[in-house]
Amino acid sequence: MASSATLLREQIQAALSSRCEAAFLIEKKAAEETLSSVVEEIPRGALTEIAGPASSGRTSLLYSLLATASSGQEFCALLDTGDTFDPESAAAAGVRLSQVLWVRCGGNAEHALKAADMLAQGGGFGLVAIDLGDTSENVVRRIPLAAWFRLRHAVENTRTALVVMAQQIHAHSCSALKIELSRSRALWRGQLPGCLLNGLEATARCIRNHRAQERSFTISR
Amino acid sequence: MFACLYAPGNLPLLVECAGHFSPLIEETSSDTVVFDIRGLQRIYGSAEQIASEIQRRVGITANLALASNPDAAIHAAQAIRGVTILPPDRAAAILAPLPPYLLGGSPEFARTLDLWGVRTFGEFADLPHLGVAARLGEEGTYMQQLARGAGHRQLRLRVDPVVFRQQQELEDSVDQLEPLLFLLSRMLNELCERLRFYGRSTNEIRLRLKLERAPGHTTTLRLPVPMLDARVLLKLLQLELNDRPPQAPIEKIQLELMPVEPRTTQHGLFLPSSPEPEKLEITLARIRGMVGAENVGAAELMDTHRPDAFRVGPLVAAKGMVVPAPPKLAFRRFRPPCPAQVWCADQGKPARIVSSKGGGRIVACAGPWRTSGDWWASEIWSHQEWDVETQSMGVSRIYHDYLQGEWFIEGNYD
Repeated sequence: MASSATLLREQIQAALSSRCEAAFLIEKKAAEETLSSVVEEIPRGALTEIAGPASSGRTSLLYSLLATASSGQEFCALLDTGDTFDPESAAAAGVRLSQVLWVRCGGNAEHALKAADMLAQGGGFGLVAIDLGDTSENVVRRIPLAAWFRLRHAVENTRTALVVMAQQIHAHSCSALKIELSRSRALWRGQLPGCLLNGLEATARCIRNHRAQERSFTISR
Repeated sequence: MFACLYAPGNLPLLVECAGHFSPLIEETSSDTVVFDIRGLQRIYGSAEQIASEIQRRVGITANLALASNPDAAIHAAQAIRGVTILPPDRAAAILAPLPPYLLGGSPEFARTLDLWGVRTFGEFADLPHLGVAARLGEEGTYMQQLARGAGHRQLRLRVDPVVFRQQQELEDSVDQLEPLLFLLSRMLNELCERLRFYGRSTNEIRLRLKLERAPGHTTTLRLPVPMLDARVLLKLLQLELNDRPPQAPIEKIQLELMPVEPRTTQHGLFLPSSPEPEKLEITLARIRGMVGAENVGAAELMDTHRPDAFRVGPLVAAKGMVVPAPPKLAFRRFRPPCPAQVWCADQGKPARIVSSKGGGRIVACAGPWRTSGDWWASEIWSHQEWDVETQSMGVSRIYHDYLQGEWFIEGNYD
């Protein structure tokens, strides 16, 4: 069915392109701009979802994205729904705090989405991140698909990477990239009383264009 | 012709007196005022009559000197008591006994004159001009001209600070936001036009509203960057008044814009784009209205070991690019810390935890680490921290608060 539609389209284009060329001009998509990360290149101008349970490395991944964007002198925004952002830990991860707009939403996911929409519409940010990591799944599930579409639309054709972090995937078709993280194990070093937490080992399942890729990574302390 | 008034500690009075005779006034120092009196002969007559009129007007004991150039008048007024009139042909003779420190100049110049044994204006004025130029340079020749009473310069005129303020008394009190904004819009447009005329922008808006049978309403908006767009300023005022409306009908409006140098920024060609300041400020004002002003900004770490010590400041562009660091283990902080029940095994090692965030058997742990501080302040803390791993919560940091005698979960490693 799809192939016959494509064939028909090509026939129409071939017949009419000489008469109205502009209507059938095939736009070549510019090379996709991305934000590099440890698991997958995060696309700009699109919505990316990071999902995972506690201690799965999702916050470390988010802070590394903030560090990458802010180290390139880009302004970032973090919509912190549950007020869980730790500036000390973020600074240690290389985030330039003076370039990150931190909005504490006091547990209100609606405020976080509205603020993200306003900031994305305003433009100029390299990364807009919504942290729904500690928000109840019941609340996040109630966010209508239209809200995700609106957010995706707000960053389309811009250099802003929109990242949503939650416990599960919610935006479905609205997100260009989904990163599902799972905790493999915590890395401990030594024996009590000289034992130390050394880091986390996590597995990321990246889904882009219905194709999934799995990779493991280690986050050291 | 210039007149100089000298009276220690009476500058406002001297300026007011000078203002009666001339609009061209120089505030030379905290006790000296010079002003241009050319043309006053037609009104008062001779120089003596002008001097007596100035003396009558000043009303206090002040030295007054009239000379053909400002510097001669200043030197005479600062050193000679009463009224001194220096005709151009006798200025050098009158100034001759004055000490050379009145000339000012660099410390090296004063030291050189002292080494030469020059004790008066007259002695310095008598030195050969070429010799002074060879030994003291440009400064020396200029100072010698002053010592001869032959200096020549323009007055550094005193400029009154321009106030960008408008006020309007309303015939009928305004009790709704829309008509108030209409009036504010007109006032802002006029003030912005005036600012533009003077080549200034503003970084602070002060709005004072006099209310009917209620205390006045004052709003001060501080902008992160200088702006001059009346529409942006109006929008910011609107958002502020929406959040904090006046509590009674308005009788009088006073609006003031504080002038500052306009913003001049040269962006690099290869720098990434940043949010437009005016647009960002409106967006931030909207977000502040939604979540509270204290919850919006850039975090700044404080110089202390106290846990969770930060302040919220403005968003500032950092200079220079840096190489991003590899990902590091991040911490998610619970605010406030989550109370927990912890059962300890041998040697005080946590073995089991129960809390609203989850709990269960602790499968691995590291610690303890003792932290305490600020014992001299109300923010005193004394903790024993552990990193613990459970199946349901992952890896968390818990602590025993010695002051409260309870356990808390500080946050999660994530």
